[in-house]
Amino acid sequence: MLTKRIIPCLDIKDGRTVKGVNFVQLRDAGDPVELAKIYSDEGADELVFLDITATVDKRKTLAELVTKVAKAINIPFTVGGGISTVEDVKVLLGAGADKISINSAAVYNPKVVDEMAREFGSQCVVVAIDTRSVDGIDFVHTHGGRKPTLLKTQEWAKEVADRGAGEILLTSMDHDGTKAGFANEITSEISSALSIPVIASGGAGNMPHFKDVFTFGKADAALAASIFHFKEIGIPELKEYLSIEGLAIRK
Amino acid sequence: MKIAVIKYNAGNVQSVLYALERLGAEAELTDDPEKILQADKVIFPGQGEASTAMSYLKARKLDQLIREIKQPFLGVCLGLQLLCEHSEENNTDCLGIFPVKVKRFIPENSQEFKVPHVGWNELENLADNPLLKNLPDPKFLYYVHSYYAEISEVTIATTHYIHDFTAILHQGNYWAIQAHPEKSSTVGEKLLSNFLNI
Repeated sequence: MLTKRIIPCLDIKDGRTVKGVNFVQLRDAGDPVELAKIYSDEGADELVFLDITATVDKRKTLAELVTKVAKAINIPFTVGGGISTVEDVKVLLGAGADKISINSAAVYNPKVVDEMAREFGSQCVVVAIDTRSVDGIDFVHTHGGRKPTLLKTQEWAKEVADRGAGEILLTSMDHDGTKAGFANEITSEISSALSIPVIASGGAGNMPHFKDVFTFGKADAALAASIFHFKEIGIPELKEYLSIEGLAIRK
Repeated sequence: MKIAVIKYNAGNVQSVLYALERLGAEAELTDDPEKILQADKVIFPGQGEASTAMSYLKARKLDQLIREIKQPFLGVCLGLQLLCEHSEENNTDCLGIFPVKVKRFIPENSQEFKVPHVGWNELENLADNPLLKNLPDPKFLYYVHSYYAEISEVTIATTHYIHDFTAILHQGNYWAIQAHPEKSSTVGEKLLSNFLNI
């Protein structure tokens, strides 16, 4: 049986892992390679590395980090942050990343999703969507959730899936950092409407939140950062809990 | 021991090389027929689209070479599908090593079953085979695919998604795995090390 995936997200700045509370305050949480290895050994199903300071001159540093991670771990991982061109993707996949995630670049130039999927296959193209509710309507936001766009989240998710995205990483900016639970409603709406997997992100605070996002939220995978980094929830105990709750889990 | 990893227009080769490196194997990515024929073992990785991959292999006569190989040979992911007879992916005639057809997953309920099949799923119905010796439990592997090989007499393990499909094939000196052993933690590592020990 296909299992629900638990995905720790490592935010990377200057080669170190950090996690922002609502992307503003940053706290240092360690060496990414070491942390990746720990998570992999603990039973994480996948990892996401998000380079939050990705700029052109940082590309090389990121590619070097990707190679170190790829050599050290034997589970799939996705790299995101500032990726905008087919060439960016080529460098990171060549360095050993299994998938890349694009966010703002897809919003400003949707055709790049088609190009990346055609060049490297849908399986490695994750489109990250940051969503925030504005007067009860969900709109796509860019720049770490700060900049609203006119794209309705549900419509945008459908469009990127049609353009060849292999998975959607849906982050609710209303829930991110609150530890009050995932945005189950919109996650469920998008997951039900699309034939590609949806990774839910933002709001994980306790173990029942994960159960809820897999059941009510119909998510295929759930991503979290700080609760894992600061050991508020251990991956083995989370997987044990979800498995007792009747979900298909690899453990 | 020398391992040749066949170089062609398929993605994700780097992870295979790193996985072999972790096992202490000397692996080289190459499309040089001489090197491939002289290697102790050959790995045929893959990720991508079947017809493009087949045209590329034919243009470089790698299709002939793959059929002539006598050493233990392991196809991975798209590598498995290309070793079969035919794939529904763009109606492609493949290498025909395994007398098996490759079909597309068609879910009855697309809300419950998404395509591609992405994530960790379990190996079942394991045959007695050197590739499958002493795999740790539970036997989960990481999958990413929209097409699958039908179950046949050369199937040595299955996985269930929508229905049972072929997880691993074996015939003569050819083995093939639909999942990505290089990304499948300790179970994948054991599969690769078993292959190196064949």
